Amino acid sequence: MPEFLRIATAVVGLALAAWAGYAAWRDQAPRRGQLIGTIVLELFALALAATAVARLSDGHHNRDLATFIGYLVAFVIIPPAGFLLARLEPTRWGSVIIAVVGLVEAILVVRLQQVFTGVG
Amino acid sequence: MDTERVEPGPDTEALPTKNRRRSINVGLGRLLIFVYGLFALSATGRAVVQIATKFHQAPLAYVLSAVAAVIYIVATVCLARSTVGSRRLGILCVSIELVGVLVVGTVSQLDTAAFPDATVWSDYGSGYGYVPLVLPILGLWWLLRGAKPAPAVAE
Repeated sequence: MPEFLRIATAVVGLALAAWAGYAAWRDQAPRRGQLIGTIVLELFALALAATAVARLSDGHHNRDLATFIGYLVAFVIIPPAGFLLARLEPTRWGSVIIAVVGLVEAILVVRLQQVFTGVG
Repeated sequence: MDTERVEPGPDTEALPTKNRRRSINVGLGRLLIFVYGLFALSATGRAVVQIATKFHQAPLAYVLSAVAAVIYIVATVCLARSTVGSRRLGILCVSIELVGVLVVGTVSQLDTAAFPDATVWSDYGSGYGYVPLVLPILGLWWLLRGAKPAPAVAE
C-alpha cells in the first residue's frame, strides 16, 4: 500500500473527525460538507483497499491473511454505514457519528499496515 | 448536554400518554447503534478468524470472543428496534457485556496463561482504547433512562 495514499487517507479521516467533532461540540447537525467529506474518505479507503488487493494478488505473502481481509472489509464498510446513520440523525449526535467514522478510519489505516507487514 | 430533550419517535407517538416512553433509537441512541454495530462487526470478524484458523491455541479466549460477538450483535439490534421487549433484552445484554469486560479484564491481568491471545475484553478492552469498558456503562445508562416514562409533552 503506497505511503502517500495511507497518509492522505489518515489525514482526511482525522480532518473529518476534527471538523465533525467541532460541529458536535457546538451542538450542530452534520452539514452537507461533512457528508461529502465522508464520501471523499470512502473514495480514499476504496483506493487504498484496491492497492492492497492488487499487492495480495501479486503474491505478497501475508502472515495473517484472514485478519487482514477482515480489517479491509470493515475499512470500506464503515464510511457508508456512518453516512447513512448520520443522515438519519440531524442532531449533534449525527456529527459525533461522522467524527467516529473519521477517527476509526485513521486508526484502521495504521492497523491495516501493521497486519499487512506482519508487525504487531 | 441537553439530556431532557425528547425526540418524537414512532414509539412515543403511537402509545397512550400513560405508556409514553422515550425512544431509545434516536439521538445518542443512534450513535450507540453505530458504535455497537462497529463492535459487532469487529468482534464477529475476530471470533471467526480465531476459531476457524487457530482454535486449539487458546480455546477459552476464542469462545469468549464468540460470546462477545453475539452479545454485541443482539445489543445492536435491540438498540435499533426500540420496543419495550428489545429494551429489556438490551439491558440484559449490556449487563452481561459489563460483567464480561470486568471479569475478562481482571482475569486476563491475573492469569495470562488462560489468555495467550487477546479477546475484545482483554485488559478491559485496552486494545480498543478502553471503549469496550465505557460502552456498556453508557449503554446501560441510556437503556435505563429509556425505561422511565417520558416527561409531559408540553415542556
